[in-house]
Amino acid sequence: MRVLGIAGSLRRGSRNRALLRAAAAALPPGVELEPWERLSALPHFDEDVEAPVPAAVQELRDAVAAADAVLIATPEYNTGVPGVLKNALDWLSRPFDGNPLRGKPVAVVGASSGLFGAVWAQAEVRRVAAHLGAEVVERELPVGLADDAFDGDGALADAGHAEALAALVGELVGRVRERVAETA
Amino acid sequence: MATALQPLSGSYAVDAVHSSFGFAVKYMGVTTFKGTLDDVSATFAVGADGAVLEGAAQVESISIRTPEQFRQHVLADDFFAADRFPQVTFRSESVELADDGSATVVGQLTIRDVTKTVTATGSWSPEAELFGTRKAALALSTEIDRTDFGLVWNADLPTGGKALADDVTLTIELTLLAQEA
Repeated sequence: MRVLGIAGSLRRGSRNRALLRAAAAALPPGVELEPWERLSALPHFDEDVEAPVPAAVQELRDAVAAADAVLIATPEYNTGVPGVLKNALDWLSRPFDGNPLRGKPVAVVGASSGLFGAVWAQAEVRRVAAHLGAEVVERELPVGLADDAFDGDGALADAGHAEALAALVGELVGRVRERVAETA
Repeated sequence: MATALQPLSGSYAVDAVHSSFGFAVKYMGVTTFKGTLDDVSATFAVGADGAVLEGAAQVESISIRTPEQFRQHVLADDFFAADRFPQVTFRSESVELADDGSATVVGQLTIRDVTKTVTATGSWSPEAELFGTRKAALALSTEIDRTDFGLVWNADLPTGGKALADDVTLTIELTLLAQEA
């Protein structure tokens, strides 16, 4: 089973990418997390450049389509979803009916340097993903004060956070297994 | 026992290194955020009319140092407005140090431009000779509603409830150094 991991932050020291790495370590055996790190290669969404499909957009659509589930780690900029992440979701939404997130299990986590762990951005991403028809896991993982949230090995330092992350990815994997069972 | 105990009398200054003004507030409905105002000055004077505790803590000395944005928000008008109100101050109206070691202090707490009467309870330790200095201690705690003092910031959580609780627990630990008369 493959989970596509998308971190909504571009910077090298991204805490949300660190959160994806922690999530990868928390996945059950046989489940892999594959990061998609090309958000910055996506052009700004623009109907005028939809055809031919820009290469990076096609790559993103293919990566989502090929994955069994998607895990999104979002920071929060000015109480909302970062533009680069919303841009990716907007590209994924086209064409709406056949968009690769439709029916796809999606979970959202978030880290922020403030107290509240991007909880508002996470809610927004869940709302947008649900609008696109994704099977959204209705859980959140707000990792606040993220500059001190990870230990030297990259694991979440707080036991409560680590437990909540394991439960969240566990539910995401469970959704995929349910879908497999339904279609078998 | 090498140390001699005696009831508190005379004047005391606060040992800044061993004193703190702490606060704790719940956020996200579950987790507690704790911090301190590290720069505390206070005096404790016992006179004929009883004891008076008077102190101030500098808002700029708040233990939230990074991230810078977070610090600036806490010092800004949503919280302390530190540029206009650089200190949190307290002046007692009554101090009761009971024989069982418990302490009750009632006084005027000023945060920003709001002054309110608060009652703090805790414990006190009688004077003891330590490294050549006569020291005593006072540990107090009280709960305030931060919005009463104009620290009003909040936000709705996406799944219901508020981001930051209104009730804040204040914890004051003072090491008192006897001043030579």
